[in-house]
Amino acid sequence: MIRVQREDFDVGAELEKLTAGNHAIGGAVSFVGLVRDIAGDAEVSAMTLEHYPGMTEKQLGAIEEEANRRWPLEASLIIHRYGRLEPGDRIVLVICASPHREAAFEAAAFLMDWLKTKAPFWKLEDTDTGAQWVDARDSDGDAAARWRESG
Amino acid sequence: MKVLYFAWLKTKIGVGEEDVDPPADVRDIAGLVEWLKARGGGYAEAFAEVSVVKAAVNQEFAEPDQAIAAGDEIAFFPPVTGG
Repeated sequence: MIRVQREDFDVGAELEKLTAGNHAIGGAVSFVGLVRDIAGDAEVSAMTLEHYPGMTEKQLGAIEEEANRRWPLEASLIIHRYGRLEPGDRIVLVICASPHREAAFEAAAFLMDWLKTKAPFWKLEDTDTGAQWVDARDSDGDAAARWRESG
Repeated sequence: MKVLYFAWLKTKIGVGEEDVDPPADVRDIAGLVEWLKARGGGYAEAFAEVSVVKAAVNQEFAEPDQAIAAGDEIAFFPPVTGG
């Protein structure tokens, strides 16, 4: 399941809803991304997340489908927010639930790594030196590349 | 065709979305970029460094040599920074 929304989310409530009634699930791994207050040397007072409506949903759906193809998941969820966020605010939630923990851990890491390089979001940070678009990190590309399938 | 711009490309060009009607010899993403760049001003600025501009055709990531046609939805944006 994927959701792209302006509003905040409740991690506990989402976890509860996703796993309720499915007793094949032996473990659920959740990842929550938060807004930091520092970017390099600059202090971040807020950030605005822009996205490409339509493509975002399409890409997140494809990434989730890929995770379900690769790992035996019983349930999965991606929530990504957009709009104006302040330090400490939640940005993204990924939950993967599986009969065994290994698949849940791996699938959650995979979803986050792929999301960082394939979901069309852009961050504009308000800092004490002005507003600036966040540059993509090479390390995110490297992290995503480790999940590339050979052949 | 519909062309969308995001993040700093939108800021530089000044619009987030527009309908364009390029000539018939504009057949792929690279050709469209050159054609838009030739408009000058914010377009020339936005596409000054094409290596940092990514593209999508009909909401799927696209390489510069991907063919485009009337009716396509094309988007230009910097490398993504979500998550």
